[in-house]
Amino acid sequence: MTRKQRRLVLIGSALAVLAVAVALVLNALRDSIVFFTTPTDVVEKSIQPGKRFRLGGLVQPGTLVKGGNLAVKFEITDGKSNVKVAYQGILPDLFREGQGVVSEGVLDAGGVFKADTVLAKHDENYMPKEVADALKKQGHWKDDYAAKPEAAGGAAAATSAQGGKP
Amino acid sequence: MMPEAGHYALVLALVLALVQAVVPIIGARRRDPALMNVAASTASAQFMFALISFGALTASHMVSDFSVANVFENSHSLKPMLYKITGVWGNHEGSMMLWVFILALFGALVAVFGGNLPATLRANVLAAQAWIAAAFYLFILTTSNPFLRIANPPVEGRDLNPVLQDIGLALHPPLLYLGYVGFSISFSFAVAALIEGRIDAAWARWVRPWTLVAWIFLTLGIAMGSYWAYYELGWGGWWFWDPVENASLMPWLSGTALLHSALVMEKRNALKIWTILLAILTFSLSLLGTFLVRSGVLTSVHAFATDPARGVFILAILIFFIGGGFALYAWRAGSLKQGGLFAPVSREGALVLNNLLLTTACATVFVGTLYPLALEALAADKISVGAPFFNLTFGPLFVPLLIAVPFGPLLAWKRGDLLGASQRLIAAGLLALAGVALVMAWSWGGPALAPFGVGLAIFVIVGAVSDLVERCGLIRKPALALKRARGLPASTWGTAFAHAGLGLTLLGIVCETTWSDERIATMRAGDQTMVGGYSVRLDGFAQRHGPNYREVTAQFAVARNGAAIGVMEPSKRNFVTRGSATTEAALMTRGFSQLYISLGDLSADGTIAVRLYHKPLVLLIWLGTVVMVFGGGLSLMDRRLRVGAPRPARSAKALQPAE
Repeated sequence: MTRKQRRLVLIGSALAVLAVAVALVLNALRDSIVFFTTPTDVVEKSIQPGKRFRLGGLVQPGTLVKGGNLAVKFEITDGKSNVKVAYQGILPDLFREGQGVVSEGVLDAGGVFKADTVLAKHDENYMPKEVADALKKQGHWKDDYAAKPEAAGGAAAATSAQGGKP
Repeated sequence: MMPEAGHYALVLALVLALVQAVVPIIGARRRDPALMNVAASTASAQFMFALISFGALTASHMVSDFSVANVFENSHSLKPMLYKITGVWGNHEGSMMLWVFILALFGALVAVFGGNLPATLRANVLAAQAWIAAAFYLFILTTSNPFLRIANPPVEGRDLNPVLQDIGLALHPPLLYLGYVGFSISFSFAVAALIEGRIDAAWARWVRPWTLVAWIFLTLGIAMGSYWAYYELGWGGWWFWDPVENASLMPWLSGTALLHSALVMEKRNALKIWTILLAILTFSLSLLGTFLVRSGVLTSVHAFATDPARGVFILAILIFFIGGGFALYAWRAGSLKQGGLFAPVSREGALVLNNLLLTTACATVFVGTLYPLALEALAADKISVGAPFFNLTFGPLFVPLLIAVPFGPLLAWKRGDLLGASQRLIAAGLLALAGVALVMAWSWGGPALAPFGVGLAIFVIVGAVSDLVERCGLIRKPALALKRARGLPASTWGTAFAHAGLGLTLLGIVCETTWSDERIATMRAGDQTMVGGYSVRLDGFAQRHGPNYREVTAQFAVARNGAAIGVMEPSKRNFVTRGSATTEAALMTRGFSQLYISLGDLSADGTIAVRLYHKPLVLLIWLGTVVMVFGGGLSLMDRRLRVGAPRPARSAKALQPAE
């Protein structure tokens, strides 16, 4: 093989691998990304049942109902709209009424959000970043729900729970 | 007094770093030995002051000096001493202190052990190192000073985030940082080579041990972090494709590629420009990792700091070093001479393939990690990219890489014999096929891909072993095998161990993800449940007091086939100061498999939610990384890596220094 041919083989294989990678990435981006949505989005832009998305907001105080066999129901609110959520499994340590939560799952035909993952992630304001941003947009930031717990410090913590396989 | 001393030492370290950043470069241009030698002494002095500064902060934490804001926010007088010390880097300011401390340490090590480097190269390397150090000292002093005092000192601190009060914090960040920061040395070497416009095989020999050391620590750090997340977060996962984890995986992937391409450069004087590029890229990704974690741009389990001013500063550092590194590269790379021809099928060719696949895999992780951020910034759409994305992109790129791994060491340099290599891998291939058939028969109707995963793992492991067998001539001349095995270079053993470790990790990953058994149940005292063939009975609860928490533990009696084999005690801890709870999972190790129990909520009616897992061969995931690291260590011992210090052959009687 001449020097030129060797170089061609090298460049050709590099381009082939890159092309495969680009195809894989584009394919995966089409199928496996999940959008973050607020309850208002759910109400306003009717999302099709069966499409996976993340729903974030505050757990509406007084709506948490624990059923048998680890089934729980609660409502997620952004101050404007509420969405009913059903989940089966262990809730994360930091899950509390009135505090921020992000859940992942699909809407069923009755408009109930069937979550298979519940994340109670938060920073020092006890609020997930996405939820805080969404609430700021809605004009419901802090003043309405300023139940900031005592001495939260500079650090943040997060716990999460997942039903089924992660 | 002590915090002020620490603060002052940090300022002095900055000044020394600035001197070290400028004077040696001038010296190297003028060929002035006196100016060049400034680098070595300033590097050592700078390390001394970084040590004093870091020591002062640690001391403030140890004596619980709550007049220091950093201690007040992250410590508590009742916290055990171990966590008082590890709490130093359990927060933003302290972890940046650890970062620069390690950076100064590496600089000092180059100064001390770099005596055999050409004077100009050493001067330039240390100067480049000092640029990085100066930037981070400035960052700490202007945006995240850990020595700030509080005017009216409180009596008690706010305590450390409970999730971090664990032995994992003592090990994971220092190891990870030793890895991240260790790659700064390869970066500085690359920058120095570009400044000088000269690079040769000897350069690669100097860079390779440093890269190897950084790689070893980064591997250990990632594995440790993964195991920590596995037992601490309480849901049995060991890798979440979380942005912060990806941030550490990316430098690992490109660092692994660097390790292999430096090999080609050292042995064959080829791939020079590519190696330089990888060195810059690897450290850039380490900086990016620091940026992603420290700036709080990500909503992630690890994002402790949320302060835009810091983010902008780190972004500036990032742009300066990455942009500067690549600009220098674009400007000077053309002046480096290429050398060393090779055929596509050869050891070099295999290593190029390795590099190609590793960097491409790294690029897919990069896209998956940063795409959500870009989309949020540009289109204000919030998306999350999770495990499915990475399984669909990273996975398919790693499969050909793993298939190629056993072939690489069997191919000759310059022109290899693929047929010959395949013949030597017949045993490995047959064993792998047998493995596939066996697993398929055993798990008939189960997951279709898992048997092939097991087969691939067997192929990689046996392939690594058969390379050793081949080199010792164990089959051809068994009598001489032991003697030949002793004569093999340490790096050959290192390669075999590292590759076998990769296979072990793969085996663990495949088995754990495929045959893991999970039960979620509500149980009351006396209830029994089955998981993975073990019967688990809840015997009762107990209350306990820890130094700074209260906990409820549950006792589970574990039995197999009616025979009791032990007790597991998972607990839920309530930390008084922060009012937050953590779940402490209980683990029982059976061979390489583990039983895993973590607790959910205790209800008023005496039932408790329990999560139970049986995770087959899960320990192989981390054991494999330890074997990989052991292989890296063996390679490091290779005397061929010690430049300029040829040692006489061993004499049988004289005492030998430990190696």
